[in-house]
Amino acid sequence: MNTHGLEAKPLNVSDIRKDFPIFSQPDGKSLYFLDSAASSQKPLQVLNAMDNYYCTTHANVHRGVYRLAEQATELYESARGKIGRFIGAPNPSREIIFTKNATESINLLSNSLSRGTLKRGDVVVLTEMEHHANLVPWLIAKEQLGIEIRYIMVDENGYLNLDNIDEVLRNAKILSITLASNVLGTINPVSQLAELAHKNGAIVIGDGAQFVPHVATNVTALGVDFLAFTGHKMLGPTGIGILWGKSALLDSLPPFMGGGDMITDVTLDGFSPNELPWKFEAGTPPIAEAIGLGAAIDYLENLGMDRIREHELELLSYGIEMLESNFGENITIHGPRNINDRGGVISFDFKDIHPHDISQILDQSGVCVRAGHHCAKPLMRHLGVAATARASFHIYNEQSDIDALIDALAKAQAFFG
Amino acid sequence: MPGLEDLYREIILDHYKNPRNEGEFPTPPAIKAEGHNPLCGDELTVYVILEGSVIKDIRIAGQGCSISRSSASLMSVAVKGKTLQEVDRLLSIFKSMMSISTNTSGETEAVDPVEYSERELGELIALQGVVKFPVRIKCATLSWNTLVQALEDRAS
Ligand SMILES: Cc1ncc(COP(=O)(O)O)c(C=O)c1O
Repeated sequence: MNTHGLEAKPLNVSDIRKDFPIFSQPDGKSLYFLDSAASSQKPLQVLNAMDNYYCTTHANVHRGVYRLAEQATELYESARGKIGRFIGAPNPSREIIFTKNATESINLLSNSLSRGTLKRGDVVVLTEMEHHANLVPWLIAKEQLGIEIRYIMVDENGYLNLDNIDEVLRNAKILSITLASNVLGTINPVSQLAELAHKNGAIVIGDGAQFVPHVATNVTALGVDFLAFTGHKMLGPTGIGILWGKSALLDSLPPFMGGGDMITDVTLDGFSPNELPWKFEAGTPPIAEAIGLGAAIDYLENLGMDRIREHELELLSYGIEMLESNFGENITIHGPRNINDRGGVISFDFKDIHPHDISQILDQSGVCVRAGHHCAKPLMRHLGVAATARASFHIYNEQSDIDALIDALAKAQAFFG
Repeated sequence: MPGLEDLYREIILDHYKNPRNEGEFPTPPAIKAEGHNPLCGDELTVYVILEGSVIKDIRIAGQGCSISRSSASLMSVAVKGKTLQEVDRLLSIFKSMMSISTNTSGETEAVDPVEYSERELGELIALQGVVKFPVRIKCATLSWNTLVQALEDRAS
């Protein structure tokens, strides 16, 4: 898929792993890390960028007129530019808002939209596969304003059921939808849904937490009005998230939090908000984290998002094939059968062994998988389970991680069998 | 690192595979409470039939991992036929073994080791290894907390 029409060169995973100190565990044991959908590991390039900043350049941003403060501001703002270009934002310096994480990005929107845009009885459309981060903020708005929430349901193959989509979207004010499910892996047809939603005059919000770290993203092609994602799932540090939005919409929304940096003037009687993007960035921001995320984006771009996607597709097909050939009827894999419709996530149930026990036994072999409801309880109910086990990938994973997973699962089976 | 055999004792696997006192009772006469483990989504319901201050019968329904299911099963055997006072004692012993102490009014107290003999604990001692796996303590204590909840709800 590269621009020269040549076959993309596969990632050199053993070189990549050298950049990730976590894989050299002090006890010398192997680490088979299969939980990047929860949070990814960080390369030295990111850690060094943050260290260097603290060691050489730290000062508060947008305040001092001294050189150090100017340099810090420049680093912070240039990270904003990088992040914007990474998702094809038309106007990064105004449209990229730094938050704490994807959760805060969505809460920013639900709060600001609840102060003026949304009224009692207005319709917000979500899907049954949303993460709690894109459910609870709207349930809060429902409680406070009396909005109506409609859901696009999930079918038995792990896709959104679009049979009655015109009805569901009729008169919708907002469609807020995940680009990729953190449980099923399903990559949703967001551009198609955005077009339909726009015809109804709705605002479209994308939750890119599981998509942006793995698939080349262009907000214009996606057709969304807002996009939320989170730094720590894309090789960046914790404590930094992004909200991208169309300038005109961001301009029209009231601020979320009040404080320093988000104003142009304050009197004893009132305030005037700052320009974009600072209008939405109250208080001292996570400066080092923004710089770290900028370095993570350099790292991802250097590898190439198309090669990263190819790599994950290979792991996906190998993983699913190995799980099914080794455990057959004893394993249920959730989500679409066609791997091209899924992100690098495999959720599974093992016959008669609870995910919690699986993850415990796997841990003894150094295999890290997530067991639980994955902050998607409504989807768990749809699947008829309390929890699943989930293996997920990023650039540093290789077939040997999956082989270790298979070996450890065989142990679990022997133990509980 | 503690080994799996510390966690998954024979008795635990037995109670997991063949849970005792599984099922439901109509309410009333039974009292019940539902417990959730937010970490893993496990849910269980404890049904208790009280006669005076004696737990005459108990049943447990729900789903969960081997530790939460076996702990519930072991608990049901341990408290059946006991007076509330005896149950209180067992609860504080069990919580002490799990390094958490909660009195029956639900307040968590500083860890205050309780003196007890292995005989008093009976089969519950099989869960001793759980403390070496801190994330699993919540699994082991879920059924006990839910029992406390059921008894409290009745009181209020
Ligand atoms: C689909 C999805 N949305 C939102 C989030 C929330 O991300 P964060 O916890 O960084 O705010 C997650 C993370 O688990 C996710 O998987």
